Amino acid sequence: MTMMTGAEIVIRCLQEEKVEYVFGYPGGSVLHIYDALFKQDQIKHILVRHEQAAVHAADGLARSSHKVGVALVTSGPGATNAVTGIATAYMDSVPLVVISGQVPNAYIGQDAFQECDTVGITRPCVKHNFLVNDVHKLAVTIKKAFFIANSGRPGPVVVDIPKDVTAAKCKFEYPDTIQLRSYNPVIKGHLGQIKKAVHLLLEAKRPMIYTGGGVILSNGAEQLTRLTRRLGFPITNTLMGLGAYPGTDRQFLGMPGMHGTVEANLAMQHCDVLLAIGARFDDRVIGNPENYASIPRKIIHIDIDPSSISKRVKVDVPIVGNVPDVLEEMLRLLDAGNVSPDAAALAAWWKEIEEWRGKLCMKYRMKKGVIMPQYVMEKLYEVTGGNAIVTSDVGQHQMWAAQYYKFDEPRRWLNSGGLGTMGVGLPYAMGAALQHPEMQIACVTGEGSIQMCIQELSTAKQFRLPIKIINLNNRYLGMVRQWQEMFYGSRYSESYMDSLPDFVKLAEAYGHVGIRVERPEDVEAALRKAFIDHKDDLVFIDFITDQKANVFPMVAAGKGLADMILTEDL
Amino acid sequence: MRHIISILLENEAGALSRVAGLFSARAYNIETLTVAPTEDLSLSRLTIVTSGTDAVIEQITKQLNKLIDVIKVVDLSEAAHIERELMLIKVRATGKDREELKRLADIFRGHIIDVTESTYVIELTASGAKLDSFIQAIDAGLILETVRTGVSGIGRGERILKV
Repeated sequence: MTMMTGAEIVIRCLQEEKVEYVFGYPGGSVLHIYDALFKQDQIKHILVRHEQAAVHAADGLARSSHKVGVALVTSGPGATNAVTGIATAYMDSVPLVVISGQVPNAYIGQDAFQECDTVGITRPCVKHNFLVNDVHKLAVTIKKAFFIANSGRPGPVVVDIPKDVTAAKCKFEYPDTIQLRSYNPVIKGHLGQIKKAVHLLLEAKRPMIYTGGGVILSNGAEQLTRLTRRLGFPITNTLMGLGAYPGTDRQFLGMPGMHGTVEANLAMQHCDVLLAIGARFDDRVIGNPENYASIPRKIIHIDIDPSSISKRVKVDVPIVGNVPDVLEEMLRLLDAGNVSPDAAALAAWWKEIEEWRGKLCMKYRMKKGVIMPQYVMEKLYEVTGGNAIVTSDVGQHQMWAAQYYKFDEPRRWLNSGGLGTMGVGLPYAMGAALQHPEMQIACVTGEGSIQMCIQELSTAKQFRLPIKIINLNNRYLGMVRQWQEMFYGSRYSESYMDSLPDFVKLAEAYGHVGIRVERPEDVEAALRKAFIDHKDDLVFIDFITDQKANVFPMVAAGKGLADMILTEDL
Repeated sequence: MRHIISILLENEAGALSRVAGLFSARAYNIETLTVAPTEDLSLSRLTIVTSGTDAVIEQITKQLNKLIDVIKVVDLSEAAHIERELMLIKVRATGKDREELKRLADIFRGHIIDVTESTYVIELTASGAKLDSFIQAIDAGLILETVRTGVSGIGRGERILKV
């Protein structure tokens, strides 16, 4: 066995893990690692323009592919810049390995140049983290990091490596598998509980299926679709779960929650049996938990993380396990018993739901000569044939994209649901574009969010990433403005975006194509030009949209799900 | 409700701060916390006294189990258990107080482990509640210093927490 430096070991481990792309930014403490990276050509390094974007891009790659995203940053500011990216991935349970350089062991605690306590700073927003102070532990620690990141409920893992460790030498040995006595995620659900759940589902008169990001993360969409069709129940997917069940299917009621559809929210509220899968009853989904508990119903909850169960609402049948495994078992029980739900009750329930659906809560008014943001989303769906990977930032545009773009497949919709991080859209698109060069990639954003990681237009140029940026430019921080209009007497405190750049010129300055669209009749042509004529270019389309458009329906914070404000109410 | 939670965790740098950080991040309360290595030096045993509703205690146990360094978690107070805490208390011991303090220490089964012309250090091992009563039994003006270890606990009989 040959001796290798710690830096060579890091790169070799990444190769063993079949990592294709590393997103990063060099600096003093990671120079040895960058030198080792230079001497090989198996792993491609994507040089971002800010460490936050390195982590977001790795995160976007992971979300779009079920692979572990990898980012490489230096000590001190490199690591602190990465923190927003790490916290974003943590809140949405995305598997990442973030490697950070650290000052040499002998300097730790001396307030050395570019020193910070990376393990301490990241501790509350990682699944786990390591400080590797000995080169002999390096390979096994990286193995553990990948294992922890991508098993159980996934999440980001930080590996902090002092510079002297990357220079020190030892023999390289990479274990095939790893066992941790303190970490053994459950895979199979408890059979007795699953039987109880199936029994409840068959007894239900007003059943509802509610699924979240866990179904996508566990690759359970196929099993979910089979089970939902087999049962004939209505289904809703949360913001993080869109695409787990085909968005164009009749059984799909749209998204639930603060900006969910009337039919999804009322079915959530009035069902007698709720099957929750890989979802966590978030405050943006069920509103006030007390209100949600006011109507008695039986809740079955499948989740790989026991701490997600009975956290916000009390659950009747908890099932801890991996979603696809548990759903397969449910399907097997249904088929073995050759049983089906109560058809008459289900028909009556569907009749009620269709009445709610008949309210057409997603309709919006067109204004003459003004581009409505919802219209842009509908046209984006049409022009891309519903087949794009859509990333978004955070705000009104995010909700409109989620409401009006129908996702028929998982891993097509990438957004920051948990932490709500503005600025993720462009780096997510970069990660997705590298991972899926054959696909159309749309980054739906606003003039506020896009400026939070705008520097990445330079990275996108360097690596020729043909992203289409759909900028819904209303000259306001739209979601802030909407809340100020509704709850703060229209006092628009600091929500107006003044001194905006000319986005067309800005795109051109970075070497891309820029288009400004100011009239509704030009929306479709601009999208076609971007996706067809400029298929291989990054195109920044600046849509000048209605300034006063609001996202509806809306459940105000702290209210119950049935308490929705609809467009016509205003 | 007061609960005594006992944890076996990897004896690694930073493991304690993961546990302590979890409590502060999720706004759980820590009344006392003690930690030391076990007979197996790769393991630490940590005892936390906390309080909360059943739902909060359930979340605390689940969240603790989620930490990668945590190997096992039990709520000792769920069943028969013994709890003990050690206190060292330094008191002003002059004149007639000397005899009185000695008598009180004996009643509480404490030991005087340091004596000067003007002070005693009394060592006392008991449940937390008993230590509180001892403090109350002494004239507050005589107490110079107290130091308590926090609660350690163990299950009775065959109730064993081990890897």
